[in-house]
Amino acid sequence: MRPATAIPAAGLALALSLALSTMVAAAEGEAQRIISLGGSVTEIAVALGAGDRLVARDTTSNHPPDVLALPDVGYLRALSPEGVLSLDPDLILAETGAGPAEAVDVLKAAGIPFVSIPGSPTPAGIAEKIRAVGAALGAGDRAEALAATVEAGLRAAEARAAEVAVPRRVLFVLSVQGGRVMAGGEGSSAEAIIRLAGGTNAATEFTGYGQMADEALLTAAPDVILMMETEGDRMISDAQVLSHPALAETPAAKAGALLRMDGMLLLGFGPRTPEAALQLHGLLYPAGG
Amino acid sequence: MADLTAADLRSAGRMVGGAPLLVGLVLLLVTVAFLSLGTGAAGLSPRNLLAAAAGLEELERRDRVVLFDIRLPRLAMGLLIGAALAVAGALMQALFRNPLADPGITGVGAGAGFGAVTAIVLGGLLPAGLVAAFGTHLVAVAAFLGGWGATFVLYRVATRDGQTDVATLLLAGIALGALAAAATGVLIYLADDRQLRDLTFWGMGSLAGATWQKIAVGAGLILPLVLAAPFLATGLNALAMGEAQALHVGLRVQRLKRLAMLGTAAAAGISVALAGGIGFVGIVVPHLLRLVAGPDNRLILPAAALLGGSLLVAADMVARTVAAPAELPIGVIMSLIGAPVFLWILLRQRAARGF
Repeated sequence: MRPATAIPAAGLALALSLALSTMVAAAEGEAQRIISLGGSVTEIAVALGAGDRLVARDTTSNHPPDVLALPDVGYLRALSPEGVLSLDPDLILAETGAGPAEAVDVLKAAGIPFVSIPGSPTPAGIAEKIRAVGAALGAGDRAEALAATVEAGLRAAEARAAEVAVPRRVLFVLSVQGGRVMAGGEGSSAEAIIRLAGGTNAATEFTGYGQMADEALLTAAPDVILMMETEGDRMISDAQVLSHPALAETPAAKAGALLRMDGMLLLGFGPRTPEAALQLHGLLYPAGG
Repeated sequence: MADLTAADLRSAGRMVGGAPLLVGLVLLLVTVAFLSLGTGAAGLSPRNLLAAAAGLEELERRDRVVLFDIRLPRLAMGLLIGAALAVAGALMQALFRNPLADPGITGVGAGAGFGAVTAIVLGGLLPAGLVAAFGTHLVAVAAFLGGWGATFVLYRVATRDGQTDVATLLLAGIALGALAAAATGVLIYLADDRQLRDLTFWGMGSLAGATWQKIAVGAGLILPLVLAAPFLATGLNALAMGEAQALHVGLRVQRLKRLAMLGTAAAAGISVALAGGIGFVGIVVPHLLRLVAGPDNRLILPAAALLGGSLLVAADMVARTVAAPAELPIGVIMSLIGAPVFLWILLRQRAARGF
């Protein structure tokens, strides 16, 4: 019985490998097994048509939802070199900060092209990121087109923002844990998207994300509270946020103005940022700027 | 178990003789080391290794990277750090005559944690030239200096007229630990969210950053302690009778304390610096060995080096494979598997004693 089944199986394997080798030859020079590290880098790679060539992602890559089905190599700053190698990639796209450095060195030693994608979580950094990903994927033209679209979208958002006569004061609340409010301060990515949507950041006493004292929350006097949508029962309810002792006294809580948006859309600073700015603008100024 | 007395030493019923135990541990170490080299997400198996060693198979470039740049350095680092933590634990337990003592008792952990957090949070404020000189080793260097510095301060605080008082050392250690933890807390408060994630991962420990350069530095500080520790064993056995008695039999107690403490600080400090926080090894390994082999430090110290190395390498094997292609922190694995096993052994031992 054995030899009889083994021969067709071998024949099939031969045919398959022939088919595969012609396919590879057809797309020579183009990476076929890509690992994308970093949420916005993954979004861009998919937008540039490389979605079906991705073989793995990192924990922060969650859009478009299709990529969630890919193997997750962990947090991009704590990569396991052997885990990454085991997926047999021929190109790794990594957002700035991927590491540890030792893991990156090992991947380079294994002869895998490792492309660092520069760019900060700012509006200006998006086009730069798109062009870098495009260059790495050999999709320069598509990248140029996407970058132009995004830049036009950002200019439109800035124009909309400039037309706002009385900007609303927005407080971005990252989390409320044990009654302590973590908010987005000066220079944070939250501030950047609030500005792009035509609001002003109500939290200005500190830089980055930080805990705000109750009195600082009262002084900040936000008109609107902005939060991320979080899934499942970890989510703190709107009522809980609005009844927080310090927040309850703010104009936002009195008016019941609490907005929620998808975290990666809001703060990811990828190709969807113009869309995020438009959406937030619409939520902030429902009757028009 | 709190105090090892001379009577304990004489009457301690050994379940296993010294030589068979050491031979068994060496065999365990070799087995675990071979399995570790042949296990991992990239699929290079023990069979491939044997075939390559026999010259039957040629390893591809990727396999060579996996073997020589990933698994072999991790194996070496796991053996070194496991040995260092276990020996340091055994030394501290003998020195303080307390089975719950571990290297953390001399402030190494708290000091190293403070050093590492300082480097992660405030590293950006250093002059660019200095940062460039240390590169990615900044956190490790700061952790080592913090750990060693804390022990040194503690030793000076507890030493008066050339005598180190163990009670003062323990109490001052608690105070210094609280101080370091508070200072660390201030820095954590200042940290941004990216730094916070770095801190969390550092605290859970990992052998992922193993490189030959780090191993060379680690070996320079760890091997002297591991190799010299058995020579302190006779003195530590005498110390088990109490400090006064040890002095009477002519033991240079102060010299013994200084050697054991500063050696431990160096070895445990570099371990924490290279692999982050890995708990549990320092307490469990010596305890298990005392259970089967009695309290004689001449046997416990070399055996601890062997078993500590094996245990950490085995835990790393799990850390590398269980969540592949990602990786779990080894400190988490160590406690997740180790703590229940340890509890089980304790309960069984209690049942056997009939109380």
